[in-house]
Amino acid sequence: MKRTLSVLVENRPGVLSRVAGLFSRRGYNIDSLAVGRTENPAISRMTIVVDGDEQIIEQVGKQLNKLIDVIKISDITNDPYVGRELILIKVNADPSVRGEIMQIVDIFRARIVDIARNSLIIEATGDADKIDAIENSLRPFGIREVVRTGKIAMLRGAKTRGMEASGNGTGE
Amino acid sequence: MAQGNSGRTGARAVIEALLDEGVELVFGYPGGAVLPLYHELARTPIRHILVRQEQNAVHAASGYARTSGRTGVCFATSGPGATNLVTGIATAYMDSVPVVIFTGQVPTRMVGSDAFQETDITGITIPITKHNYLVKDVEELPRIVKEAFYIASTGRPGPVLVDIPKDVALAPCRAPVPDRVELRGYKPTYQGHPGQLRALARSLGEAERPLIFAGGGVQVSRAEDYLRQIVEKLQIPVVTSLTGLGSFPEDNPLSLGMVGLHGKPCANHALMECDFLMGLGVRFDDRVTGALEKFAPRARIAHVDIDPAEIGKNVRVDLPLVGDISCILKELLPLVEPAGHGPWLKRIKELRNLYPLTYGRGGEVRPQWVIERLGEMTRGQAIITTDVGQHQMWAALFYGFTEPRTFISSCGLGTMGYGLPAAVGAVLARPDKQVWLITGDGSFQMSMAELGTAREQGLPLKILLFNNHSLAMVRQLQHFYYERQYTAIEFTGNPDFVRLAECYGAEGLRISKQEEVVPVLARAMGNDRLTLIECLISPEEIVYPMVPEGAALDEMILPE
Repeated sequence: MKRTLSVLVENRPGVLSRVAGLFSRRGYNIDSLAVGRTENPAISRMTIVVDGDEQIIEQVGKQLNKLIDVIKISDITNDPYVGRELILIKVNADPSVRGEIMQIVDIFRARIVDIARNSLIIEATGDADKIDAIENSLRPFGIREVVRTGKIAMLRGAKTRGMEASGNGTGE
Repeated sequence: MAQGNSGRTGARAVIEALLDEGVELVFGYPGGAVLPLYHELARTPIRHILVRQEQNAVHAASGYARTSGRTGVCFATSGPGATNLVTGIATAYMDSVPVVIFTGQVPTRMVGSDAFQETDITGITIPITKHNYLVKDVEELPRIVKEAFYIASTGRPGPVLVDIPKDVALAPCRAPVPDRVELRGYKPTYQGHPGQLRALARSLGEAERPLIFAGGGVQVSRAEDYLRQIVEKLQIPVVTSLTGLGSFPEDNPLSLGMVGLHGKPCANHALMECDFLMGLGVRFDDRVTGALEKFAPRARIAHVDIDPAEIGKNVRVDLPLVGDISCILKELLPLVEPAGHGPWLKRIKELRNLYPLTYGRGGEVRPQWVIERLGEMTRGQAIITTDVGQHQMWAALFYGFTEPRTFISSCGLGTMGYGLPAAVGAVLARPDKQVWLITGDGSFQMSMAELGTAREQGLPLKILLFNNHSLAMVRQLQHFYYERQYTAIEFTGNPDFVRLAECYGAEGLRISKQEEVVPVLARAMGNDRLTLIECLISPEEIVYPMVPEGAALDEMILPE
C-alpha cells in the first residue's frame, strides 16, 4: 500500500542523507522523495511516497521522528490533498509525427519546451495517473529520456501542515 | 597560533562548555587535527585519561557513564582516530549509553579533498549516533556542544558526535554558551498518557499470572525504587533482560533472573506461562524472545518505553505506553490495589524446583562455580564488567546482582574487547566500589593494551580471566549447528597472562584447581592493586540453558 508522507525538516546540510539512509538501512521502500524549502527558509519539506503495510508505515514514521532534524511528520494519504509531479520527456519526433504528438500534448494540457530536428522535450504536470498516461501515450514514438521529480503534495482548503501544530521543543 | 583578539577560540569555547556541563573526565587519544582541543583542555582541572586505542576511549566513557549515570566524554583525532571510534560508538548506541564524542577534522577548506587523515566521520556515524554535527561556523560551536550533551543524556540516551575542523577550533569565537537548548525536532515524552496509565492499572488488577520484564531502561530512568514498590505492592515476579540485570535485586524472592536464549529456566518458563507481561524499558530483542511467534503465547503484553519506535517493533503489543519509566511507575503506584497472586507465586515456586539453574558435571574448575563464589564474596555488590562470550553469560547467570548500575557489558552489539576499557571507566566513576572484569582469553586479547591505561591511572581493578585457549562460545555454536566441526576457534599462541600482568606492574595470580579459587579471589580482593587472575578452564564447557534456533523459550537444552 502506498502512503504519502509530508515531512518538515530543518533546512541543513546532511538532512537528506539522514532521511534517505534511514530508509535504506531499515529496508523501507521509497517510491519517491521530493524536497525543497518552505515559506520559512530554515525549514524544508519532504514529500515521501512509501510502499509498505501498516506496521511498516508506523515504524517509518516513528524512526523518522527520532531524527533530530525532523520536525514534523504527517501521513496525508487519507486527507484531501493536491498531489503533483513534474515530468520531462524527450521523445523521438521526426516531422511526420509531430502533429500527432502535439495533439497528445494538448489532450494532457502538457507543453512542448524544446524542439530539435528529430525530437521534442515535453513538460507535463499532474498526479501520478496522468503522468503515467502521458508517458504511455508517447511511448510508441520512442522515448529517449524521462526525468520525473517525484510527488509533491499540499492539503486542500485552509488547513496547513506548517509549524503551528507542534510545540516549541525546549529544554533546560 | 591564529587566535582572535579576545584569545577565546572555538576550542576554548568547547572546553568552557564542558566545564559548564560539569565534565570531570575526558577519555581520548590525541592527534594533529584535535590538538587545539587538547591545548585548551590542559589548562583546566578536567582530567584526561589517555587510552591505548580510540575504540577503548568510547568503551571507557561508556563504562563511566553506565556506572555513574553521567555523560561520558571522548576526544579523538581525524581519519584513523575517528574510524577507530566506530565500534565503540555502535556499542554505546545499541545499549543507549550517553556519550559525547569530539573529533578533530581537517581544516574546512580541505574537507572533501581526501586530505591526509581525512575521513567523513559524520557520514560514517549517522546510523550509529543519536545525532551528529560537522561544525562549519565557529559561532555555532557553543550551542552545538550544549545541544550534544542535552541530546545524549535525555529521552532515550545515546552517543552524539561533534566533528570540528581544525580551523574552526582555532577561529575566534564570541558566541556564549547558551543557557537553554531549543530543538523543535526533539521533544522526548516523559509523562505517560493518563488513559493508558489507567488501562495499565486495570490490566494489572485483572491479571492472574502477571510478570514484569525489566530492561536497561529501568536503570537509565533510575526507576529501581518504584519498580520494587510496584513489585511488593502487587506481588509480581520479575524477569530481566541482560541490560536489566541489577534493576531488581536477585536476592529478592520475586526475582527470577535473566530471561532469553541463555535465560534462567524458571524465568523462561514463567514468561511462557504468564497471562500479562509488562515490559519496562526493553527492546524485545531476538536474544530474548526466541521464536517470535511462540513468544509469551498466553500473555497480553504491555510495553512501557520512552522510545515510541521500540513499541510494536518486534512483538505485538496490546497496551503501549510511551514515557519515562520513573514517571510512569510513580503515577501507577496509587492506581493499583495491593494483590497477593498466591496461586501464581505457588506455581513460580514449583517452576523453581522443577527447573533449577544447574551446570552439570565437568572438569575440575568450573567457571560457573567460580563466579558464584565471587558473587558470595563480594555480596553481589561489586561492579562487574564483562566481555562477550561464554563468560558473559555465566556472569549474568551466576553472579547474583543486587544493585543497579553494577552489570556493565556490551549487551546489544556484543562487542568483544569492551570489558577492560569499560572497567577503567567504571573504576574512575566509582572509586568507592570494587570493580571486577570477568573476561575470556579471546575477548581480553582484543583490548589488553588497556592494562597500560589502568596501570598509568593507578586503578585497582580486578580481572578474572577464564582461559580455555579458545573461542568457546563460537565452539558452542559449531557444536550445536555445524556438526561439531570446530574451525578457527583455538588459540595456540596465547601469552602467559600472569607474567603479562606482571609486566604491567600488576599482581598476576593463577587458579588451576578448585581449592585455589577462594584463597586467590580473597587475595585479589584484599590487595588494593591492579590484579589479574588467570583461571584455567576446559574449552568443552557449554553455556546452559540454551534455547535452540527457532524454538520457544521453554524448549531449552539443559545440562545432563
